Amino acid sequence: MRIPYRPLAIGFVTLAFSALVLARAQAGDRHFFAPVADPVVKEECGSCHLAFAPSMLPARSWQRMMGELKNHFGDDASLDAATAEKITRYLVANAGDAGGQRYSSKLLRGVAAGASPQRITELPKWVSEHRKVPDWEWRHKDVRTKANCVACHTAAEQGYYDD
Amino acid sequence: MKNTFAATLGTIVMILSTATLAGPREDLLAQYAAAAKTTGFSAARGQALHTQSFSGGKSDTPSCTTCHGKDTRGTGRALTGKTIEPVAVSVTPTRYTDPAKVEKWFKRNCTEVLGRECTPQEKGDWLTFVIGQ
Repeated sequence: MRIPYRPLAIGFVTLAFSALVLARAQAGDRHFFAPVADPVVKEECGSCHLAFAPSMLPARSWQRMMGELKNHFGDDASLDAATAEKITRYLVANAGDAGGQRYSSKLLRGVAAGASPQRITELPKWVSEHRKVPDWEWRHKDVRTKANCVACHTAAEQGYYDD
Repeated sequence: MKNTFAATLGTIVMILSTATLAGPREDLLAQYAAAAKTTGFSAARGQALHTQSFSGGKSDTPSCTTCHGKDTRGTGRALTGKTIEPVAVSVTPTRYTDPAKVEKWFKRNCTEVLGRECTPQEKGDWLTFVIGQ
C-alpha cells in the first residue's frame, strides 16, 4: 500500500497551525477575554451594557457586585434571588482569579490581594493600557462612557480587545 | 370525504386564529385591564406617557425617549452607549412576548424615569401605544 505522504504532511501542517492560532486566541493572547456564554447571564448583564467578561474581575468583586444590585453604579438592577444566584455562580466560576490562579490575565495585575474592585475601568492595568486615549475621545458622542468598550474595540462582544 | 377535510381545515384555522388573538401581549393587556379595573386602554395616553418629561425620577433620564429615542420605529441608545431595539412591535415583533421581562423593564424604567412604579392603567396604555406602532 502506498502511503500518500504529501497530502498527509500538508494536512498535518494545517492542523498544527490552526491549533497554534486557536490556543493563542483562547489562552495566550492578553487581549482576549472569553465572552459570556451563558444565555441568562448574557441577557441579564448585557441588556444595558456589554456583558463584561467575567475574567476581567476577581471572584470577590463579582460577589460584592451581585450583593449590591439595588445600587448598581447608581441604577437599581435588582433581580429575583434565583436568577441572581445563578449569575453569581457563573461569574465566580469564570472570574479572573478562578481555579486558584492569582490572575488569569494581566488585567488584574496590581490589584491588592483582598480588594474587590467594582469598576473594570479603574483597574491599574486598565488605566495604564488606556493612558494614551485623549479626553476628547472619551467625550465623543459615540463613546460617552469608558464602559462602552465596543465604541473602539469593535470585536469586544466576541472577546477581542485589540487596539 | 371532502366535507370532513373542509371541517378539519376550518377547525385548524379557528384554533390558529384564537391562538393569535390570545397571544402573550393580549394576555398581558387583559391582566392590566383587570388590575386597573378598566375596559379601555388608550394609545394616545400611552404616547403622552412615552414623550412626557418627568421630574420625579433620575435627572439624566427625564423621559422614556431619553434612551428609546423620539422615533418609536428607530433604535434607541442607553446612557452606556448600547443600542436599544425599537419599541414598536411592527419593527421588533419579538417584543413584549415574555410577561416577566415586560414587568421587569416596566419596574426598572418607570422607577428611573418617573421615580415610582407605573400603574396598570399606564402600563396598558403604553403597551397599546407600542403595539399599534
